[in-house]
Amino acid sequence: MAKPIDRHAAARREFLWRAAGAAGAAWVGTQWPAIVAAAQHAHHAVSAKASGKFEILTPEQARVVEAIVSQIIPTDDMPGAKEAGVVYFIDRALKTFASDTLEIYQEGLKRTNELISAKYPGAVSFAEATPEQQLAVLAELAGESPSARQRGLGLQPSDSFFETIQMHTVFGFLVDPSAGGNRDYAGWKAVGRDPEHTFSAPYGYYDKGYPGWEAAKAEAERK
Amino acid sequence: MTQGKVAYKPSEEVDFVIVGSGASGGVLAKELSTNGFRVVVLEQGPYLTENDFTHNEIEVFVQRQLTNHPDLQPTTFRKTPDEKARRQSCVMYGRIVGGSSVHFTANFWRFHEIDFIEGSKVGPIPGASLVDWPITYKDLEPYYTKVEWEVGVSGLAGASPFDPPRSKPYPMPPLPVKGSGVVFERAAWKLGYHPFPAPMAILSRPRAGRDACVNCGFCLGFGCEVGAKSTSLSAMIPVAQATGRCEIRPNSYAHRIAVDRNGRATGVEYFDARRATHLQRAKGVVVCANGAETPRLLLLSASSQFPNGLANSSGMVGKNLMPNGNALAFGVFDEPLNDYKGFAVSRVMHDFYELDHEKLGFYGGGGLDARFDFTPASFAMSGLPPGTPRWGKEFKKALRQNFTRTLEIFCHGTSLPVETNSFSLDPDVKDAWGLPALRMTFRDHPDDLKLMSWMQERAMEILEAAGAKTRWQAPIREQQFAVHLLGTCRMGNDPKTSVINSDHRTHDVPNLFLCDGSSLVTSGRGQPTMTIQALAFRAADRITALARGGEIGS
Repeated sequence: MAKPIDRHAAARREFLWRAAGAAGAAWVGTQWPAIVAAAQHAHHAVSAKASGKFEILTPEQARVVEAIVSQIIPTDDMPGAKEAGVVYFIDRALKTFASDTLEIYQEGLKRTNELISAKYPGAVSFAEATPEQQLAVLAELAGESPSARQRGLGLQPSDSFFETIQMHTVFGFLVDPSAGGNRDYAGWKAVGRDPEHTFSAPYGYYDKGYPGWEAAKAEAERK
Repeated sequence: MTQGKVAYKPSEEVDFVIVGSGASGGVLAKELSTNGFRVVVLEQGPYLTENDFTHNEIEVFVQRQLTNHPDLQPTTFRKTPDEKARRQSCVMYGRIVGGSSVHFTANFWRFHEIDFIEGSKVGPIPGASLVDWPITYKDLEPYYTKVEWEVGVSGLAGASPFDPPRSKPYPMPPLPVKGSGVVFERAAWKLGYHPFPAPMAILSRPRAGRDACVNCGFCLGFGCEVGAKSTSLSAMIPVAQATGRCEIRPNSYAHRIAVDRNGRATGVEYFDARRATHLQRAKGVVVCANGAETPRLLLLSASSQFPNGLANSSGMVGKNLMPNGNALAFGVFDEPLNDYKGFAVSRVMHDFYELDHEKLGFYGGGGLDARFDFTPASFAMSGLPPGTPRWGKEFKKALRQNFTRTLEIFCHGTSLPVETNSFSLDPDVKDAWGLPALRMTFRDHPDDLKLMSWMQERAMEILEAAGAKTRWQAPIREQQFAVHLLGTCRMGNDPKTSVINSDHRTHDVPNLFLCDGSSLVTSGRGQPTMTIQALAFRAADRITALARGGEIGS
């Protein structure tokens, strides 16, 4: 766990220094101590969860959580939830901002294992089940809670285990690493988001070669 | 800068106490202190600065570090006055120094002439209380210019044929065009419309000691880490504090306006961070607490002298809530737009600003913008086409395919003022301080919903013309959540039908002024912040003149 963490802090520092660079030397002069403090803070914040141990989940629960999140966002030629460290994000979430969902997890994980045993005699843990068995059980759990999400993030708490772990998997995969997920920017790479925090135009395919407002307008009027 | 040069004792009578440090409170603090007055600004939230702002979505969206929190300040909702309201999160506003100007998108359109005279031009509308403003666009024009130059707006004057007259160009060129802007612009021209570079309260050039936008992509919902977003926090409060006459007092939750037996305000009672109560004494009180908390504070200030709430002889406090309508259409393009880079909006069109309501059969008007305001996580939760799997291989594939190729067309429109749409005090639910919770009563006027559907259809046509092969629209629903908090202490000449006069002075209490979204008489077409700030600059001039004329001081 130690190495990727250092890279988080480095990326964070890089962002702050780049931002400072854009503002020019004078700005850096006045803001320098603050920038260093912010970089330090980011470093500590990231290091704090770098123990590699689980604080809330038992080892068996952690195995099941990891197996579930690895099916929600699987690994293919691009990193998935496993590589992004989503299980660690969820463990920390259950201690912090999502502590009120702990009961939903406790019951949901128990039920997930029960479903596996009921459907596949001999199987005892979701974590040890075959991929086909895992997919069938998850489809059953997902089917119980048709999604009715509204636009927005985190505004729709749900008491369904599947909805809750799906949302936390998405968070853990894709939030900015300062929020404790998306290890090594694994999630951003997988969706094609450049892990930089400062950009300049042109941004993409369509604005490349844009002639400027007046020229584009004149061209449109000629047509 | 959070520690200013001056600190007043609550018992010391200052010239003005301002409640709220957001879009209007920041402007009034800056103007009044610059004009030589001693000012205390009470802000219920903390004083965060650019160094505190992060891209941490959990802190911002889940823990609501920058906004009101429903656990601390619950709200209740009902559709009609005969229902019992149920507990439901129904408003969002910035609860930090700088208010909602800190986390907003920064679309900065001026209102047009029509917005001020619509009551007489198209009214009356059945089921609505649509009336003219007591001021016109012409009265406000100099102050719009002031906002552009002092707060900092990027844009291109004359680019929209629908723009109202202006006395000065923008102080900065527009921000760069985004991929969403280019495809939207071309399609709009193709269909005979008039797209133009979006006016944005974001610096395209370094200005006034602030940095230009670095295009990080964390704009809507977040505080700007480089101060490029033109907020009250970045542009107004530092100037106010530099006068040495203005104290910003954070973690100070105003709950009552104190009034003497002559009916004059004597100051504002507030809870400090430890929930101890104080009275900040002042010669004049200016409430800029937003369109939800301003009426709530007046209602909380009821007394035997003012049994229906302070400044409420008209009964209009809290009424005519207008949240603006909105509708969304999405399109996915073949090549990467990479619209996650940068601010949200680069192109806008106002061809539908003034629609022919007789021909269409409904009242209204609006503007369309092309944008992308998702983070990767919020996109995965709500940016994929309907029916896309939410987990597994196909989910991941869709994220990879669509995240860089999706844009939204956001339709913004009018809300009609309806008297029963309102904020009031809930009779049962209390906040963490024991004060009655905010209750929202709201049901869209049918014309507002028709307008949204109509504009959404036009947006779908633009997406088709732009070449988006996959297109979909978010269902139009009755609104139960308000971010634009407008109209709830409306301005007017008649004390029987309005709460404040055109000087922002309450009709009932001569040294009590209100200035924020609550002052608006009509809703505009969906981008109210610039008008709120223009009103604040104008109110500061009016209040200064009254104070210098001896009409406020005791």
